Amino acid sequence: MKILVIEDDKEAADYLKKALGEAGHNAHVAGDGDTGFAMADGGDYDVLIVDRMLPHRNGLTLIADLRAKENVTPVLILSALGEVDDRVTGLRAGGDDYLTKPYAFTELLARIEVLSRRSAAKEVETVYRVGDLELDRLSHSAKRAGKEIVLQPREFRLLEYLMRHSGQVVTRTMLLENVWDYHFDPQTNVIDVHVSRLRGKIEKGFEKPLLHTVRGSGYMLKAG
Amino acid sequence: MAWRIPAALKTTAFRLSALYLLLFAACAVMLVLYMTAMSARLLNDQTQEAITAEASDLGRAYSRGGLPLLVRMVASRSRQPGANLYLIADSQGRILSGNVESLEPGVFDVDGWTQRPFSYKRFGEGSPQVEGEREGTLTEVDRNSDGHKALALVLRLPNQMILLVGRDLGEPERFRSAIRQALVISLGTMAFGGLLIWFFVGRRALKRIDSVSAASKRIMGGDLTGRLPVSGAGDEFDRLSENLNVMLSRIGELNDGLKEVSDNIAHDLKTPLTRLRNRAEAALTGKPKAAEYRQALEATISESDQLIRTFNAILMISRLEAGYSAEQVEPVDLAEAVADVAELYDPVAEEAGVALTSRVQSGCSIKGNRELVAQALSNIVDNAIKYSAGSSEAPKVEISLAQEKGDCVIRVRDNGPGIAEEADRHRVTERFVRLEKSRSQPGSGLGLSLAKAVMKFHGGKLDVLSANPGLLVVMTFHGQRDSE
Repeated sequence: MKILVIEDDKEAADYLKKALGEAGHNAHVAGDGDTGFAMADGGDYDVLIVDRMLPHRNGLTLIADLRAKENVTPVLILSALGEVDDRVTGLRAGGDDYLTKPYAFTELLARIEVLSRRSAAKEVETVYRVGDLELDRLSHSAKRAGKEIVLQPREFRLLEYLMRHSGQVVTRTMLLENVWDYHFDPQTNVIDVHVSRLRGKIEKGFEKPLLHTVRGSGYMLKAG
Repeated sequence: MAWRIPAALKTTAFRLSALYLLLFAACAVMLVLYMTAMSARLLNDQTQEAITAEASDLGRAYSRGGLPLLVRMVASRSRQPGANLYLIADSQGRILSGNVESLEPGVFDVDGWTQRPFSYKRFGEGSPQVEGEREGTLTEVDRNSDGHKALALVLRLPNQMILLVGRDLGEPERFRSAIRQALVISLGTMAFGGLLIWFFVGRRALKRIDSVSAASKRIMGGDLTGRLPVSGAGDEFDRLSENLNVMLSRIGELNDGLKEVSDNIAHDLKTPLTRLRNRAEAALTGKPKAAEYRQALEATISESDQLIRTFNAILMISRLEAGYSAEQVEPVDLAEAVADVAELYDPVAEEAGVALTSRVQSGCSIKGNRELVAQALSNIVDNAIKYSAGSSEAPKVEISLAQEKGDCVIRVRDNGPGIAEEADRHRVTERFVRLEKSRSQPGSGLGLSLAKAVMKFHGGKLDVLSANPGLLVVMTFHGQRDSE
């Protein structure tokens, strides 16, 4: 995956470049807003990682300028500002996701992978399939190997999200944001308990595990 | 307090008194001048009328009895007290009779009214009147020679005789000077009174202001507990002082809050930072194996995550307390918010063996921030589950939402150990306060203070009560005010 990191803190940018390289991605770095805009506009990047506060051109302006030129490359905004308002303005400016500093690299990695592979086709599909697990978005029902699984509404949304991003790591924060629409950090790991309850429902009585825990990151739904 | 004149002259009280004094004086002068002019004219008219009447009287006497009668009448009239001026002259201007002694030349050149100084003899007004007066008894009282003017009417009689009847204008002059004197006296009194009033009123105001200034100087000097003096008179100075005192209290509160935060940051952030540092240092000493390094690093990361969490909570509380931007305020359905949080914690409670129930009355909607409400409530529910899990009887947590007297009230009740002391119950909503018994439980000690800040942000309140046994936390959202 070709990634552009627009970040003025050289140490942070170099760290990101190195870590993304180790994760198998090809990352470039731009040190200010204007260079970043020129590179993002010209290069064919899969994902942009944009810091909010940049010299020459502010991160939000940069995104708005790109969107004005009909560049739809997914953007992950990085910011030290984590208030609800800041996130809303960031997303309104055209960002696709928002991550507050300091962040865990695994969180960032999971988010950019989800961003880059986000496809319009997945959004309109009515039936998701992972292995022998099947989820019908229209009839709100789930089956495994033809056997009905009874799910609570929230469990359904949780499974739906996991299946939409099957084969990708989804973090606890991503689940909390996308399934519950909460952006705060609950004191207890409530998400783990919800996931393990769901796991019980979709795996109990079946041999092959589907919902895997990725150590230090989150969860991944995949067949085999 | 020094009573210095320059300072006194600079006061508003003085300026206002001076201005009023000037205005009043100008009005009084105008009024008196007008009155004097009017009365002088009136007197003049009266004088003229009297003279005309007299002259025509004498004229008739002349035509009836000729010169002898006229001379007799003039002689008798001019001897009366406060008499007019009378003169009879022949065509050559020689004086035949009358009390006028001398004349300026050319008086008879023009007929009609004339006004000029005359010299004449006049007899005392109060002198005893004797029937059949003789020349010898006449005393000359007023010899008018200092040049007051008289008003005279010159009349030509048949036979080329000239009759002059006049009246001394000294009386209106005296009247005028009396009025002038009255004016001066009243103006003087007014000025004196004004000065007196200004002295007392101005000095009193100045005294009050100086005492306020002195108090504020003391406060600026760093004594934030100081307050402005309130005299108890309930006047505008008192109102101002009272308002400023409320402001000072608020500033004091904020200052205390700030100090508390920095103290807390020093303590509750430094402690984990020290732990973090010690752990890293310990990992470097000796010759640890790779697995031990890994373990130390993982511990470091989780420790720093906890630090970030604490830091975020502190930031959020201070932002909420400083008055959060209203941009994120929208209608929030409390029933939905409560149900969501109950649902979020349901598996957690189940795992901890706590029976979590919720009773939600629909129709409670407030203006606020859904996330903040959810965060506050989840902190409270999280606590309730944590503490009731240690309960000896069947642990349970009840969440309820009800509409009471226009307020929306969320209650979270547990049957855990609770907090026995009321002072402690009050204290748990303060930042970083963790009661001794709860030290063993994980947490930053910021959950309830965050909930309290959220409630304050929504214009509501958070109460921590005893549920006997257990704890009852009440979130009260005051009636739907659209102005928020």
